[in-house]
Amino acid sequence: MIEVLRSLGRWGLDTFQRLGRGHIFLMQMLAGMPSLAFRFSLVVQQLFYVGVLSVLIILISGLFVGMVLGLQGYNTLVDFGAEESLGVLVSLSLVRELGPVVSALLFAGRAGSALTAEIGLMKSTEQLSGMEMMAVDPMRRIIAPRFLAGLISMPLLAAIFSAVGIFGAFLVGHGLLGVDDGAFWSQMQAKTDWYEDILNGVIKSIVFGFVVTWIALFEGYDATPTSEGVGRATTRTVVHSAFAILGLDFVLTALMFGDI
Amino acid sequence: MAPLIKIRDLHFNRGDKVIFNGVDIDIYRGKVTAIMGPSGTGKTTLLKLIGGQLKPDRGSVEIDGQNVHKLSHSKLYELRKRMGMLFQSGALLTDINVFENVAFPLREHTKLPESMIHDLVLMKLQAVGLRNARNMMPAELSGGMARRVALARAVTLDPMMIMYDEPFTGQDPISMGTLVNLIRRLNDAMGLTSIIVSHDVAETTQIADEIYLLSGGKVVEKGTPETLKTSGSDWVKQFLQGLPDGPVPFHYPGNDFGKDLLNSEEKR
Amino acid sequence: MNSKRSAEILVGLFVAAGIAALFVLAMKVSNLGDFTDDKGYEVVANFQNIGGLKPRSPVTMAGVRVGRVSSISLDPDTYDAKVTINIYPQYDNIPMDTSASIFTAGLLGEQYISLSPGADDFFLQDGDIIDLTQPAVVLEQVIGQFLYSTAEGE
Ligand SMILES: Nc1ncnc2c1ncn2[C@@H]1O[C@H](COP(=O)(O)OP(=O)(O)O)[C@@H](O)[C@H]1O
Ligand SMILES: [Mg+2]
Repeated sequence: MIEVLRSLGRWGLDTFQRLGRGHIFLMQMLAGMPSLAFRFSLVVQQLFYVGVLSVLIILISGLFVGMVLGLQGYNTLVDFGAEESLGVLVSLSLVRELGPVVSALLFAGRAGSALTAEIGLMKSTEQLSGMEMMAVDPMRRIIAPRFLAGLISMPLLAAIFSAVGIFGAFLVGHGLLGVDDGAFWSQMQAKTDWYEDILNGVIKSIVFGFVVTWIALFEGYDATPTSEGVGRATTRTVVHSAFAILGLDFVLTALMFGDI
Repeated sequence: MAPLIKIRDLHFNRGDKVIFNGVDIDIYRGKVTAIMGPSGTGKTTLLKLIGGQLKPDRGSVEIDGQNVHKLSHSKLYELRKRMGMLFQSGALLTDINVFENVAFPLREHTKLPESMIHDLVLMKLQAVGLRNARNMMPAELSGGMARRVALARAVTLDPMMIMYDEPFTGQDPISMGTLVNLIRRLNDAMGLTSIIVSHDVAETTQIADEIYLLSGGKVVEKGTPETLKTSGSDWVKQFLQGLPDGPVPFHYPGNDFGKDLLNSEEKR
Repeated sequence: MNSKRSAEILVGLFVAAGIAALFVLAMKVSNLGDFTDDKGYEVVANFQNIGGLKPRSPVTMAGVRVGRVSSISLDPDTYDAKVTINIYPQYDNIPMDTSASIFTAGLLGEQYISLSPGADDFFLQDGDIIDLTQPAVVLEQVIGQFLYSTAEGE
C-alpha cells in the first residue's frame, strides 16, 4: 500500500519536473526566435523537412476524408430531402474540426516524431554538446528554426487538407451522387463564415502547430541519450501530441463556437 | 607564472553519487596537462565543468582570470570561442560532410568570404592529413579519421586551449601514434594549452608535461611522468603498471562470496 | 548546392499551395467572396415574420440566385422585420410589382427569399421597397393550427 502511494508520488513529482523543464525549454526556445531574423535560410531549410515532406500524406488523407464525408453526409441528408446542404455539412466539418485536428494528428505522426528522433539522436551522439562547446547555442541554431517551421507549416497544411477535402466531397457528391453543383457551392458559401469558421479553424491549427512542435522538440531534447531512450521519446511525442490536440480542440471549440 | 586554468575546491554530485570531493588543479599555459583515472571517476564530467556545461555544487573554475560559472550566457559563449574540445565520439555533425564540419565554426562566428573559408578549412585538414577526405560524410569515416576531423574542427578558430576527451581509446596502433604526434605538434606549433583526459598510461606519459591522477573524487597524485613513476603510493603503482589487484580490488565491493552462496533469498 | 536549391523551390511551392488553399477557402467556400460583389443595388422588403432568415441568406427568382440578404432590422413603428436585399447588378429588369416570399429549402433546410416577378413596366431601383410580401411559414404555427382545427372539427 505504502509502495503504491510512493510510486504514485514519484510519478507525480516526475511529471511536475518534466512540465517545469518543458516550460523552461519553451522560454529558451522563444528567446532564440529573434536571432532567426538574420538567419532565415535555416527556417527555409526546416520548412522543407517539416512542411514539404508532410504534404503528400496531407493531400491523400484530405482527399479520402472528404470523399467519405461526402458519401456519409449524402446518405444521412437524403432522408430529410436536404442533400443540397451537403456542401455546408462538409465545409463546416472540415474547416472547423477535421482539417485542423486530423492534419495536426498526421503532422505529429509524420513531422513530430521525425523531429524528436533527430534531436534525440543529435543529443545522444553529443552533437548538441559539441555545438555548445563550439560556442554555437543549439537553442538558436537547431531548435528555434524547427519550431518556427512547425508553426508556419501547420496552418498551411490544415488549409490544404480542408481545401482538398472539400474538393473530394464535391467529386463524390456531384460527380457520383448527382447533387446539384450550384446548390452545393451556394449553400456552402451562404453558411460558411470567413471569420467565424475559417479564421477560427486557422487559429486552431496554429495552436496545434505550436503545441505539437513544442512537444516534439522538447521530447527530443529531454530524451535519455540512448537509442532506447530516443525510441521511447518518439512514442511519447505521438501520444502526448494526440492528447494535447484532442484536449485543446475541445477547449478551443467551446471558446469559439460554444456558449459555455 | 599564473596558471591559465585554476580549479579550487571543486565539489560535484550526480544524485547521491559523489563525483568530486574537493579537487584542486592548476593548468599552465603552453603545457600538455593530463588528467588520468579509472573509467567512471568523472574525467568527462571535469571537462564539462571546465567548459561551463555543468555547474559545480561548490568551488570554482577560473579560466584566464574569469570564473566560468559566474559568466553571463553571452560572456560564456565568447569564452568558448577560445576553447576547443574534442569529444570522445568526435561529435561531428552527421548531416554535413567533412569540409562543412570543419567550416562550421567559421561560418557561425565569422563573416569571411567563401574563398577564405575554403583555404582555411583545407589548411586545417592538411594539418591532420585528411585534406583529400573533405567530401566524405562522417558515417563513412573510421573512428580515427573522425577524431582527426574533430581535431581540425576544434582548432579552426585558433583557440587558446584545447581539451581532449579520451583521444586514444579505441584506436589502432597506427592512428594512435598519429594522434599522439598530432597533439604534441599542434600544442607546440600553435602555442596552445592542452588538457588530455585519458586512462591510457603509455601514450599519455609519452606526451604529458604534467599528470594529475584522480580517484574517489580527489586528486591522489600529481607531478611529471618521471616523478609519478617513482611514486611510493601503492595505488599509483597499481594504476600506472596496470596490476589486476591492489588497493583497487578486482571485486566490486559488497558481500563476501561465501556469504552470498549461503544466502538463500536469491536462490528462489 | 543543387539539392539545396530544389529544396528551396519546393518550400516556395509548399507555401504558395498553402496560401492558395486559404484563398480558395476564403473565396469559394466562405462568404468572403460575397463582399466583393457589393456593386449590386439594394431594395427593402418588410415582412411580418422572417422565421429563420439570416443576413447572407440567398435570394432567388425561379430558383436562380439573384442576390442575398444584406441586413435585417426591426421597424420601430410597424414592428415588422425590415429586410434589405442586395440584388446582383446584372438583374436590373425586375418589375416594380414583384412579390417576395420566405420559403424553406426542404423540410428542415435553410430559409431563403423567393421573388415572383410581376408585370409592371417599371423596374426596381436602388432604395425601392417591395410591397407584396408573404411571411415565413413557421412550422410550429402550422402544426398548432392543424391540431386546433382538428380538435374543433370533432
Ligand atoms: N548524465 C548523467 N547522469 C547521471 N550520471 C552520470 C551522467 N553522466 C555521467 N554520470 C556518472 O558520473 C560518473 C562519471 O562519469 P564520467 O565523467 O563520464 O566518467 P569518465 O569520463 O571518467 O569515465 C559515472 O559514474 C557516470 O555513471
Ligand atoms: Mg569519459
